[in-house]
Amino acid sequence: MTREPFERVVDRHGVCVLRVCRAVLGPDDAEDAWSETFLAALRAYPDLPAGANVQAWLVTIAHRKAIDVIRSRGRTPVPTGQPPDGPSAVGVPGASDHQLWADVAALPDRQRQAVAYHYLAGLPHKDVAAILGGSTDAVRRAAADGIRTLRRTYLPLGSGGT
Amino acid sequence: MITRPTAPQHPGSELPAGLYDTDPEALSRLRESLIGAATSAGILDIAYRTLDTPVGTLLLAATDAGVVRVAYEREDHDRVLLRLAERVSPRILLAPGRLDAIARQVSEYFAGARTVFDVPLDFRLSGGFRLGVLEHLRTIRYGTTESYTQVAVATGRPRAVRAVGTACASNPLPIVVPCHRVVRSDGTAGGYIGGPQAKAALLERESAHV
Repeated sequence: MTREPFERVVDRHGVCVLRVCRAVLGPDDAEDAWSETFLAALRAYPDLPAGANVQAWLVTIAHRKAIDVIRSRGRTPVPTGQPPDGPSAVGVPGASDHQLWADVAALPDRQRQAVAYHYLAGLPHKDVAAILGGSTDAVRRAAADGIRTLRRTYLPLGSGGT
Repeated sequence: MITRPTAPQHPGSELPAGLYDTDPEALSRLRESLIGAATSAGILDIAYRTLDTPVGTLLLAATDAGVVRVAYEREDHDRVLLRLAERVSPRILLAPGRLDAIARQVSEYFAGARTVFDVPLDFRLSGGFRLGVLEHLRTIRYGTTESYTQVAVATGRPRAVRAVGTACASNPLPIVVPCHRVVRSDGTAGGYIGGPQAKAALLERESAHV
């Protein structure tokens, strides 16, 4: 079985894993988790079974690395700093959107993870259940609840304007 | 500046766009630090980069032991990397810094400022008779040529002229191991892994700078 160069794996999945790490951990810890994930993936890559779903494999590693980060800081994710006093510039990259990260961080862990792995990474609920444990129905509900809460709490900066 | 959503969109998800926006600079910084971490951990098995030269874009690839592959565009760089993944290791990253020395020397060679390459080479892709041929090729000096027949004699198998041709055609380290300096007995250039034009261009450059 031909395995493609790891560089292609980073090309294909680097952005997605970064999105997942940011959603699960917040922007401050996301980059450390990304680095740990890809280093661990590179190490294990030659032993990845032929035909494995690389995306699901990477998200599984990212999930474990995120848990390590959460344990090491001994608390639930906290967003970067405080929401700014006034609305910040519309259209700046997401990392400066404090309210969004605060709202995502406020979700229960399983909801936040289910949202990240299903909606951001695009994994089927069945695969998310394999990562998180529990039934497919339970993770489907967790993802739906998370999305519902986010829609209720999060008002995008600049919404209603422009 | 901002990467727009490329993840599969699920009907009804309508996630805030901020969850998708990633900073390309952050990602290139992360990739750079992955190279460093992988190198320290000893798990970056093959580093590669490309280099623009007068004979086209070359792929340069190295293991810990040395330069393992130089490839012309016509060999298809994606296929070359795939073969390296198969035959050596799939732990392959674009890591130009690991190829500074060879890239500089190849550029100097094309500028007429270098006649001998002085970097460690990794011959793991070659074995047996072919390896013997490559070792002999390294002794053919800049600006000179030998015939396939002469090389066959020099490697101790005077009747293996065709096998010498095959060894040259499958040289994993063209330019650095100068298979272009092997020509036909009648004085014509003969085939080349980089194509006849590249072979003619290299020989012409070398005769001009001797």
